[in-house]
Amino acid sequence: MKQDPALLNVHDLQVRFHTPEGTIYAVNGISFHIAEGEAVAVVGESGSGKSVCMMSLLGLIPIPPGEIVSGTAVFLERDLLKLPEKELELVRGRDIGMIFQDPMTSLNPVLTLGRQLTEALVRHFNLTAEEARNRAIELLQLVGIPDAASRLGNYPHQFSGGMRQRVMIAMMLACNPKLLIADEPTTALDVTIQAQIVELVQEIRAKLRMSLIWITHDLGVVAGLADRVLVMYGGTIVEEADVESLYERPQHPYTLALLAALPRVHQRRQSRLKAIPGAPPHLILELTGCPFAPRCEFVRDRCWRERPLLQPVSPTQKTACFVNPHTGEERA
Amino acid sequence: MTRYVIRRLLQSIPLLFVVSLILFVLLNNIGDPLTMMGGRNPTRPEDRERLARQLGLDQPILMQYVYWLVGNDWTMIDVDGDGEPETPGRRKGVLRGDFGISILTRGKPALDIIWERIPNTLLLMIPAQIVILVLGLGVGIYSALRQYSWVDNAVTTLSFVGFSMPIFLIALLSIYLFSVLFQRWGLPYLPANGMFDPQVGKTAAQIAKHMILPIFAIAFIDVARYSRYVRSAMLEVMSQDYIRTAKAKGLRRVTIIMVHALRNASLPIITLVGLDLPFLLAGAVVTERIFAWPGMGRLFLDHLERSDGAVVMGIVILLAVAVILSQILTDIVYAVFDPRIRYD
Ligand SMILES: Nc1ncnc2c1ncn2[C@@H]1O[C@H](COP(=O)(O)OP(=O)(O)O)[C@@H](O)[C@H]1O
Ligand SMILES: [Mg+2]
Repeated sequence: MKQDPALLNVHDLQVRFHTPEGTIYAVNGISFHIAEGEAVAVVGESGSGKSVCMMSLLGLIPIPPGEIVSGTAVFLERDLLKLPEKELELVRGRDIGMIFQDPMTSLNPVLTLGRQLTEALVRHFNLTAEEARNRAIELLQLVGIPDAASRLGNYPHQFSGGMRQRVMIAMMLACNPKLLIADEPTTALDVTIQAQIVELVQEIRAKLRMSLIWITHDLGVVAGLADRVLVMYGGTIVEEADVESLYERPQHPYTLALLAALPRVHQRRQSRLKAIPGAPPHLILELTGCPFAPRCEFVRDRCWRERPLLQPVSPTQKTACFVNPHTGEERA
Repeated sequence: MTRYVIRRLLQSIPLLFVVSLILFVLLNNIGDPLTMMGGRNPTRPEDRERLARQLGLDQPILMQYVYWLVGNDWTMIDVDGDGEPETPGRRKGVLRGDFGISILTRGKPALDIIWERIPNTLLLMIPAQIVILVLGLGVGIYSALRQYSWVDNAVTTLSFVGFSMPIFLIALLSIYLFSVLFQRWGLPYLPANGMFDPQVGKTAAQIAKHMILPIFAIAFIDVARYSRYVRSAMLEVMSQDYIRTAKAKGLRRVTIIMVHALRNASLPIITLVGLDLPFLLAGAVVTERIFAWPGMGRLFLDHLERSDGAVVMGIVILLAVAVILSQILTDIVYAVFDPRIRYD
């Protein structure tokens, strides 16, 4: 693994929600880092804690019911989780941008595009209205919205879903953030539009040299996008690897199952997609063992009692599993 | 938009006809204006018949409606009771601005009587509505942002009290406290009767002083109602995705609340205000009566009790028009605030 200086270093992040139905253990001790200019994909079924993990870094989860139980998240030498709200505001949108899943609801319906594009610039850089307007036009052109100048007065409902997601990206790029977090930005879009958005983000990243965290539940789109992949399950990271290593030699039974569930274009015979048996965990109980144990075909006794920690198995790969799924043997 | 407004106005014309006909028939049945006309003595039967003929009350109800609507100056009426119409009618009808004459005031045009009350009514109701809006918005937004804080809980409790108290109780309690008890305790106390003290005269200071208690009584329940409404509208909006987006941009909390959230939360509030707007003209029936404020509400009650049809009809028609106009106004304001709405 490359040892670039980390831009963001998250350690032992734990997030819970105290709801009337009980405590939800959404994120259970997550550690990861991202280097400058690096692209990391976070993959996992929905409910595995991907969004909560990223949003809690930016102070975007509602507290209460949410609670950040422990952890540090060092970004440019400051711990985001300990920053006072006022200072965190200055990180949000300026140093770290975040794009959300549903472009239909993520833009304010009663404010013009111009207003929504320029307000971060005015807030963070004190641009004049004129300067901000010019920058907004530039941004819309960057994300491929034709006729940008004349569209600043338009409202979100005058755009299609794909176009709105482009606008959303433009908004979050406004201040040239060092890190862009994209939370399933294509999930709500048509397949063809999805591909366009992926391509757009690729292009922009190459142009602006920023780091990227791309959250998805679809291992299929990861290949072209990310340098490294974090696989999440039940609020934990179960595997972390280079894209090539992950595809070639997945080390966690859950990753294996995810890959088996992918449709493959190059497969000779139409083999049936393998769905993962069982249901994703409810997160309502505190983890004692491995969160994947109830659905794992390699499960051992100790998997129920003891939580496997993320351990390196090769220079490019870490996994949190007692068993080597390729041999069926317990790891040393 | 202009075409939409014109269409709405045209559509409201047949509606007004139907509404006025129904109200006319209903009001015709509420009492007998003639019994009241003799003052303290009961009206004599001969006078009764003559008066009925003069006022057109001998006619079938539909004919009375026609006279009310278009007047009777195009035809002859039978005043002497010989079955032969001989006197030309003199009424012009509502369509030509003649709402008839008030029986109670012996011949004063109903419209004049109503007109005279409008300034008094608005003088009381507009400040009351402003108080309601400002406090309702302030309290509602505050308790939404501090959900389940002690302030929010206190406001919730207080607004339940406000909801469940009849307005006359609030009015009477406020008189008891601020007029009676304050006076007894030697504190500066508030007047509880009329618009000004006749011994001082109708000065601005007098009127302002006399407005305080009625406005308090009118606003009390509505501040509770509005603040609950604003609170739930704000809570709804604050949980929307676009608020999260605004936060993710690093905007200040006050910008997020006052611009991103309030612009959206104002949409349901506009509807509420639009529904209340026509009742600014209607005045506050109970409050005006208790505080002896010479407004529209008291006018309505006084003339309804004596079956003075022309004035009562005039007031309800005025209100019907006000309801229609404020609905159209609400639609226009709504379209200004919500770009998704287009009327074409
Ligand atoms: N505001 C909240 N209140 C209560 N529970 C929440 C809240 N937000 C998320 N959760 C819970 O946290 C868990 C993780 O959710 P999330 O991070 O959104 O999953 P993912 O993004 O991987 O689909 C889920 O069980 C979800 O129900
Ligand atoms: Mg999510």
